[in-house]
Amino acid sequence: MRTMPNYANPADFLRLVRAAAPVTATITAILFGIGLYLALLDSPPDYQQGETVRIMYLHVPSAWMAMFVYVVMSSAALGTLVWRHPLADATQKAAAPLGAAFTFLCLVTGSLWGKPEWGTWWVWDARLTSVFVLFLIYLGIIALWQVIEDPGKAARLVAVFTLVGAVNIPIIKFSVDWWNTLHQSASVFRMGGPTIAMSMLWPLIFMTFAFTFLFLTLHMLAIRNEILRRRIRRLSMLAASASEAGIPAIFAEPAQ
Amino acid sequence: MQIEASALSVERGGRVVFADLGFRLKAGEALRVTGPNGAGKSTLLKAVAGLLPLAAGKIEIAPSCDVRRAELCHYVGHADALKPSLTACENLAFLAALLATGAARPGAAAIEAALQRLGLAAVADLPAAYLSAGQKRRAALARLAAVFRPIWLLDEPLTALDPPSQAVILEIMAAHLAAGGIIIVATHTALPIGTADLALGRASGP
Amino acid sequence: MKQSGVPLPSALGALLLRDLRIGRRVGGAASMGVLFFLCLVAITPFAIGPDLALLARIGPAILWIAALLATLLGLDRLFQADAEDGSLDLFLMSDTPLELIVLVKCLAHWLLTGLPLVIASPFFGLLLGLDARALEGVAASLFVGTPALTLIGAIGAALTVSLRRGGLLLAILILPLSIPILIFGVAAASGAMAFLMPFLVLCGLTLAALALTPFAAALALRNGLE
Repeated sequence: MRTMPNYANPADFLRLVRAAAPVTATITAILFGIGLYLALLDSPPDYQQGETVRIMYLHVPSAWMAMFVYVVMSSAALGTLVWRHPLADATQKAAAPLGAAFTFLCLVTGSLWGKPEWGTWWVWDARLTSVFVLFLIYLGIIALWQVIEDPGKAARLVAVFTLVGAVNIPIIKFSVDWWNTLHQSASVFRMGGPTIAMSMLWPLIFMTFAFTFLFLTLHMLAIRNEILRRRIRRLSMLAASASEAGIPAIFAEPAQ
Repeated sequence: MQIEASALSVERGGRVVFADLGFRLKAGEALRVTGPNGAGKSTLLKAVAGLLPLAAGKIEIAPSCDVRRAELCHYVGHADALKPSLTACENLAFLAALLATGAARPGAAAIEAALQRLGLAAVADLPAAYLSAGQKRRAALARLAAVFRPIWLLDEPLTALDPPSQAVILEIMAAHLAAGGIIIVATHTALPIGTADLALGRASGP
Repeated sequence: MKQSGVPLPSALGALLLRDLRIGRRVGGAASMGVLFFLCLVAITPFAIGPDLALLARIGPAILWIAALLATLLGLDRLFQADAEDGSLDLFLMSDTPLELIVLVKCLAHWLLTGLPLVIASPFFGLLLGLDARALEGVAASLFVGTPALTLIGAIGAALTVSLRRGGLLLAILILPLSIPILIFGVAAASGAMAFLMPFLVLCGLTLAALALTPFAAALALRNGLE
């Protein structure tokens, strides 16, 4: 009998991605289909905000993903530091641009919503500001990934920074709230209004699941790309040393 | 062509590295500069290349021409002048475009031929960061073959190279001399090509 | 010399291509400048409060100071990397004048770091509540002014090329020299007076920097040899 495949092994993981990616992609498409139908066509406009309220169906799931991805990244960072596992490295690295993208989407949709509601593209509201700082942290993490040549070393250093960030983010959130209330006279804005109606809750739930599955799909594919990128890098270096030893590079490929 | 140096003296950081040095090389001749570490071998090569000012003395090239001395020389120092993120081929193509003089710009074929000659054809499209020390050294030396300049100034050209690669470099050097070139090489090892020797001693303080 | 195959570009074209390629592959360099710019813009409201009316009034100044710092702090490696790996020696042995090489390196650096700042500035201006008129003013003045910052900074980069920690010294040397650019840049951006007069002076300053820098930087590089 064949033993259970070990998905922590990069080669087995690639096989898993090949099987699972079409499935999750299909689920994502179906969820988006239902979610967007409910959000854009089926649900009623808000009695105060009108049609603008529909931006919320993108905005809230993005905000949720912005935080969820950071949690994924922090767990992977623990994996990198504790078990030194290459798959954890790839998980971490692949999550960062996705997290940044969701955070950016959250900021942009917030800004698009703010223009008609507040009359300006941006206010230094406590909640927006915290998300903005999170965005900067994501970008810093991506920059750190880019500048370190050796992938193993990069993963460990980024992991340290990611965890420092994880500890720091609540503190930042708290200080920003305090900073904003200190200045409340300048700008007081509140999101929401009356408690949410069921007709608005359902599309929100579907969109949230759609976003989560979108992330799962993209994340799996990005991890696969990262594993392949590392393999190319390793093979290139082998090709260099093989040509030095006089072996044709084609035979130097390791059994994987 | 002939290069003649007389009464050369170079100072670095207020210290006289060497003084009153002279040599004369005609077309097809090579000079091997020897001496202990710190005797000024590299300094001499850089001075001839025009990269360091002379405190005294002069270097003359005959027949005289209106081109700067630096533009007649190839200088291969300890640093490889390779960018790790560029491929061996891109690195060499840039250096060739930079160092080619006048209308004689080498084509892509010349770059390819030079890499082939130095045994780097298989790694031509790999980033220089992935190359071994010996491969980097050869990639740096490949500009000798890619762009023609009559005077070669080579600082320890054979370090980090295995015997077959050393043989290739020596072959290229011999061909350059046979074609009427001039080589000044700083090295500890004896070379099988015919050279005159110039031994530098440790300079006594000023 | 065999002349077959694709002809290579001239030395200057090859240098521009090389620096742009390195900038693109190493990543970092270009995006890092913009990121630093963004961080500086983002940090200011925490110091002076989230009052958009106040931020809008001083926004052009914030953007200009941020652009100035982002440009200067990215410049310390302009010549240093080439000096360390021996490329600078070969620049000096080329028949291409060092002054032109300096100019092309500045151009590549500006395309990689200055231009992204200019493009990003209107979006960052939104964070500070600038109106459309001020956004245009900031982008236009940065477009004309950042080349001057890069060029003057290049003189500092050439002076500190052999110093191990030249970054701070470069800023100390160059910040006083960039005061005129800051004055007319902010004046043009904020529209305190008419836009055109300070804008034209800014153009003049950039042209002057374009004329002066290559000689000063090349002189510094030649004298800094060791």
